[in-house]
Amino acid sequence: MPLLDVRDLRVTYQSARGPVPAVRGVDLTLDAGETLGIAGESGCGKSTLALTLLRLLPRTATITGQILLDGEDVLTMSWGKLRAVRWAGASIVFQGAMHALNPVHRVGRQIAEPIMLHERVRESEALARAEELLTQVGLPAWRARSYPHELSGGQRQRVMIAMALACSPRLIVADEATTALDVMIQAQVLDLITSLVAERGIALLMISHDLSILSSTCRRLAVMYAGRVVEMGPAQELFGDPRHPYSGALAAAFPKIGDPAARGRPRGLGGDPPDPAAVPSGCAFHPRCPLARPECATTDVELWPAGPDRVASCVRVLPAGSSREAS
Amino acid sequence: MTASTTGTPPPTSPDTSPEEPSRLTSTRAVVWQRRRAALARFWRDYRQQRAGVVGLVGLALIVVAALAAPLITDASGLDVTRAPGKRLEPPSWWPWGPGEAGEFFLGTDETGRSVALLTLWGARVSLLVGVTATLLAIGIGTLVGITAGHFGGWVSSVLMRVTDWFIVLPRLVLAIALAALLGPTIVTIVVAIGVTSWAGTARLIRAQTLAVEARPYLERARALGAGHWHQMTRHVLPNVMPLVLASTTLEVASAVLAEATLSFLGLGDPARVSWGGMLSRANASGAVTYGAWWYLLTPGLAILVVVLCFTLCGRALEAVFNPRLRGR
Amino acid sequence: MTVESSLVAGSEGSATSEPPERSGSGFGRYLLTKLGGAAISLFMVVFSAFFLFRILGGDPVDALTREIPTTPEERAALRERLGLDRPLPVQFADYLTGVLTGDLGESYQYQRPVMELILERLGPTVLLTGTALVLSASLGLWIGTKAGWRQGSRYDRLHVGVALTLWSAPTFWLGLIVVMVFGRFLGLFPINGMVSPRTPPGFWPQTLDTLHHLVLPAVTMTAVIYAQYVLVMRSSILDEMGNDYLTTARAKGLRDDLVRRRHAVPNALLPTVTLLFLHLGGVVGGAILTETVFSWPGLGLLAYEALKIPDLPLLQGTFVFFSTAVILANTAADIVYRFLDPRVRQS
Repeated sequence: MPLLDVRDLRVTYQSARGPVPAVRGVDLTLDAGETLGIAGESGCGKSTLALTLLRLLPRTATITGQILLDGEDVLTMSWGKLRAVRWAGASIVFQGAMHALNPVHRVGRQIAEPIMLHERVRESEALARAEELLTQVGLPAWRARSYPHELSGGQRQRVMIAMALACSPRLIVADEATTALDVMIQAQVLDLITSLVAERGIALLMISHDLSILSSTCRRLAVMYAGRVVEMGPAQELFGDPRHPYSGALAAAFPKIGDPAARGRPRGLGGDPPDPAAVPSGCAFHPRCPLARPECATTDVELWPAGPDRVASCVRVLPAGSSREAS
Repeated sequence: MTASTTGTPPPTSPDTSPEEPSRLTSTRAVVWQRRRAALARFWRDYRQQRAGVVGLVGLALIVVAALAAPLITDASGLDVTRAPGKRLEPPSWWPWGPGEAGEFFLGTDETGRSVALLTLWGARVSLLVGVTATLLAIGIGTLVGITAGHFGGWVSSVLMRVTDWFIVLPRLVLAIALAALLGPTIVTIVVAIGVTSWAGTARLIRAQTLAVEARPYLERARALGAGHWHQMTRHVLPNVMPLVLASTTLEVASAVLAEATLSFLGLGDPARVSWGGMLSRANASGAVTYGAWWYLLTPGLAILVVVLCFTLCGRALEAVFNPRLRGR
Repeated sequence: MTVESSLVAGSEGSATSEPPERSGSGFGRYLLTKLGGAAISLFMVVFSAFFLFRILGGDPVDALTREIPTTPEERAALRERLGLDRPLPVQFADYLTGVLTGDLGESYQYQRPVMELILERLGPTVLLTGTALVLSASLGLWIGTKAGWRQGSRYDRLHVGVALTLWSAPTFWLGLIVVMVFGRFLGLFPINGMVSPRTPPGFWPQTLDTLHHLVLPAVTMTAVIYAQYVLVMRSSILDEMGNDYLTTARAKGLRDDLVRRRHAVPNALLPTVTLLFLHLGGVVGGAILTETVFSWPGLGLLAYEALKIPDLPLLQGTFVFFSTAVILANTAADIVYRFLDPRVRQS
């Protein structure tokens, strides 16, 4: 049984302009100890997906589908069970920018907080464990007495990681965890995450818009566009040989150092991601797609097999001669 | 470079036609058109603040009533020597006393004048004092704020220290002192309120001035040789004005309360009818212990309604100019 | 922090960087700055008191001898006795030393030193104002937090409406209504003074009677101050609600009220406390009006009584006293704030 099994997840926000579908049918699985990356531009629904995994969306959002964590559906759990699962079952490393940590609490206390909540230990013991976690992420133990504003961006991110490990969860979701950092710090933090997760056998769901980072950190990769997964498969293969034009565009936008083919100007993709409230018909990507065909505007695309352990929702992966019309 | 541009050229402005010379070559016309559009946008945003619309309607009614008072009522009823009724009569529709009800809709005061009439005419003084005192306060505050923000350095330090001092000082105590020393006239009240209310605005305006001055087009203006006066009046002031508008409206609310308070304490102009003065006389003449609720309730409710309307409008304006505050 | 120092922090097993030295001198300098600022503000109070009352207030000799026919020689003697024949700067220096030694002049109507009168009336004002502040602060902060947390709900809209209405009502008018309803119509509470003359002496009867008298004025004063506190706290909570650390707190599995109490409220309290201290001047105004309406024998009533004649030394003395009290309170708040907000402690 997979650790995480997301089935046909759909999330719709209520806004002043009416309902806005942010996630339009996503299926994912993640086994224990596995690493899965989710790539996409802003607005594709990946952060919504992350928050939904622990039911952290505002009450006005409508959610359908199932999120099975160790076999239990997060979306229908009782509040008590949900609160117990939060952090102890799965935890999130947010983008640690100024506001993800409480500015008026010391860092050690913030790491100790979930420990005291979930494990009923005394404060002194929880703080001791917090200090140990800090050393494991490469910070000196005395930093537990620091406030968030006294730390640099990289250090705050390490605190977030230490905090996420505090209750030994089985799954960690890293939502744009390295996005705001300098490149050198980014590399360090990524190494830290991957080594800690591998050591402890924790499953990792890493979300980023940077496909090159994901391809080197995760074993498998899913690309999201306009609220849906448009391609999924082993990370290196997907990055090297994308089957969906959007994945191809994302990969081309982040050239690999040392790759002679990428030495030209990185080719960007014109246009903007579609407004979630007004998604184009057929394949949502067709207005921007450089390889669009006439039937792309009318065919209901699904994730079709596109190679061994690969799926992509593009009509081009279908065997020639079988065209599907919108039903 | 988007794929969504169509082949048509951008639409020409609606004002030009082949026959007339293009009016849009005049900068003035462009400016006015932009201003009209901005005003329409502003009204559309304001309309969404329901409380603000209620406040605006209320204010409109009160102002119209106050202005129309000499036309629709007879001012002779305000004269103490020609008071038409008896002392402290209850409203005409109130059968339970104390005393016998006369023919006045809201009863009479301790000299026999109609409370309704007094309240209507009291609106004129309260609104007049409220608005003029606020204009004075805003004027001083804007001057101090823009000067401190624009010049910086020791000028700003000195001005801000004085401003902070005025902010902390108990306003009523200073106003009482001023009013007591300068004698009981309307001008005194206006000055007393104005002098004690400018500091909050000054701080706000200074912060806004600093924000505006950091923008690149100010630097460009300076490079082109704009002097201090030109910068402050043509660039900073128009950008600071929207914030001032919201602040002004809330200040009027405060000023009306302050006027009522000073009049209640006996520092107002005894020759004029004001709501605070009415309440002061009600207190002094024993109307409270007599139970003349109509005399007590009416001017007080009037103050409450006027202040509430200005407050609602002020909060609505704040929400319009600071979208973060919308929906609060 | 530079890239280099964070690289150091990132290296394996780094116990190399030491915790920073605790610097007590930072606080000492902060304290001196604040006290120095307070001293300047207090000087400005004395200066403006002198300016207002001596220069705008007219000739004190005229005021003193208004009712009494005096000869020019008597007036000259009086002028010399009061030191009014000396040049103005000297008069100011005299006044300043007087204030520093507690001499605020002598009241015209009471013929007693102003300082004595102030100290006499201080107790009742502290009792009334203190009670009102405690009640309005606790109620206001609590309800403001809940209203902001449940923004848009009926609870929220109701309480905002009530607060706006109370804020718009003149304090003295509320007092008069309360007097009429409870004093005249219901007769439940006494409507003036602090103690009834017929109460037997002795600790308990006097205390209970005082409390009985305290109810109405305290309720009146609380009502208006409460309104301000609710609106400010609600606004502060709303400012905090969009912040990510609340999502982090929820993700950890905390119950909603714990998220509010432990995370949102401490952050929201900081700007609230600052704002509330700035509005202490308004509390003074409320005290003056409430004491006037209820004839509560405190400093506020004293200031009102000074308006008769007008009793200029008394008015000047109460002006200086009130202003000084508010400035000192704000200075104390500034100093304490440094201990509350960790982000300020760094300088």
